Amino acid sequence: MKPKAFDYLKVSSAEEAVAALASGGEDARIIAGGLSLMPMLNFRLAEPSILIDISKVDSLTYIREAGGHVEVGAATRQADLMRWDGLESKLPLLNAAFPFIGHYQTRSKGTVCGSLSHADPSSELPLCLAVLGGEVDLQSATGKRTLSAAEFQTGMLSTAKQTGEMVVAARYPTAKAGDGHAFTEMAQRRGDFAIVALAAVASADKIKLGIGGVADKPTVREWDILEGDALDDALNEFAWDLGGYDDIHATARYRRELVRRLGRRVIEEAKSCRS
Amino acid sequence: MPQLNKDARHTVTMTLNGDEVSGYAEPRMLLSDFLTHEIGITSCHVGCEHGVCGACTVLVDGTVMRGCLTLAVQAEGSTVETAENLASDEGELSELQLAFKKHHGLQCGYCTPGILMSLTAYLKENPKPTEEELRDMLSGHLCRCTGYVGMVRAVLDYCENRTD
Ligand SMILES: Cc1cc2nc3c(=O)[nH]c(=O)nc-3n(C[C@@H](O)[C@H](O)[C@H](O)COP(=O)(O)OP(=O)(O)OC[C@H]3O[C@@H](n4cnc5c(N)ncnc54)[C@H](O)[C@@H]3O)c2cc1C
Ligand code: FES
Ligand code: FES
Repeated sequence: MKPKAFDYLKVSSAEEAVAALASGGEDARIIAGGLSLMPMLNFRLAEPSILIDISKVDSLTYIREAGGHVEVGAATRQADLMRWDGLESKLPLLNAAFPFIGHYQTRSKGTVCGSLSHADPSSELPLCLAVLGGEVDLQSATGKRTLSAAEFQTGMLSTAKQTGEMVVAARYPTAKAGDGHAFTEMAQRRGDFAIVALAAVASADKIKLGIGGVADKPTVREWDILEGDALDDALNEFAWDLGGYDDIHATARYRRELVRRLGRRVIEEAKSCRS
Repeated sequence: MPQLNKDARHTVTMTLNGDEVSGYAEPRMLLSDFLTHEIGITSCHVGCEHGVCGACTVLVDGTVMRGCLTLAVQAEGSTVETAENLASDEGELSELQLAFKKHHGLQCGYCTPGILMSLTAYLKENPKPTEEELRDMLSGHLCRCTGYVGMVRAVLDYCENRTD
């Protein structure tokens, strides 16, 4: 339960971090909050040659609103965003999701971009990014690129981020006037990883539903407004298409049932939040 | 800060409970191990070493952190607080500690220092939590003895009647 030896570098800018990533090659790793990486090191599931610590980079610690997005820098902690003044009005989906994300004691240090980079299929922040159609900015020693949420997360714990690249920021689209948002999840205990997590956005003529914890990454489906049996049928089809699995926490069948039942509930709630 | 070599032991200096302390740490050394084995603190308990139980919770620059998910070298130059900081120098328990004693908020006490440190930070942000908020916050700690009832009573009583 102790990590294998690694070099350590605390950086003070993104430029310094990507230079270190470039010289460190495949075995160099960014550490942000360490809430997911440190357990992997303690279990020796990850054995990096060097850890590049971005947790104290001031220029990556910010929340700003611009061009219909809320942009969050890579060192911004989950607790900072949860406490942000504009959260309820600009990002109501995240406002609803935050109480489900780990605990007070993990949000205090875990970062938003660290959660996106870790890409756990049941994580709430990647699910919200996928449902809202957000973006991630990647930077390397040779340049910058921007990927949509759908392009960025490629599967279980895997992203399109390449060797030498780091996430410098994520952008969550701000809520459109009149849209309703709702989030719910089922977990064994408060703060545990979700067995199934559900995020819904209802507009005047569309319903969007994102599911985490069933497929290998967040999956989003959009329908014209559906009611009654038509909604049940659509949810049933979605539940089967997700191809859930049995594991120690739940069976695939139970997961499908959660998608059907909680799916309906979260959609109804999103509709009722429309103004 | 220069790059720290994995095979060397590096001097780590921090302000611990008001005093400047130094010790040696390889980059991979956990803050929980550093506090226990290098400095001799006895309250940073280790239950799981993967962030789940909360027994190792300490404050680093006022922020709640898992000692087992933080590296000693990351705390270089920081202000660290552990449960040793709660009682007075004469050994008089703090009001929060006294409330835990009064309401049987602990049995074996293994989880207690971590919980007290979480509460120290949390009650600054939210001085009068509801029982629901308090139980939600305590979900970040595992207690195998008490069932949390005494702990919740202790904190609610303390918040109601504190004079500190
Ligand atoms: C008890 C417990 C409960 C939890 N419950 C939940 C939960 O319910 N839901 C949830 O979503 N999460 C949960 N988590 C994990 C969450 O707390 C982490 O904060 C988050 O997954 C990772 O963020 P981090 O900043 O700690 O990243 P780190 O642990 O530092 O890094 C995680 C991974 O991402 C990489 N990385 C980090 N930042 C960058 C970057 N900027 N660029 C490139 N790569 C990067 C790292 O190299 C590493 O591979 C829990 C953790 C614990 C310990
Ligand atoms: S020992 Fe650190 S959380 Fe369990
Ligand atoms: S008092 Fe024994 S674990 Fe909490």
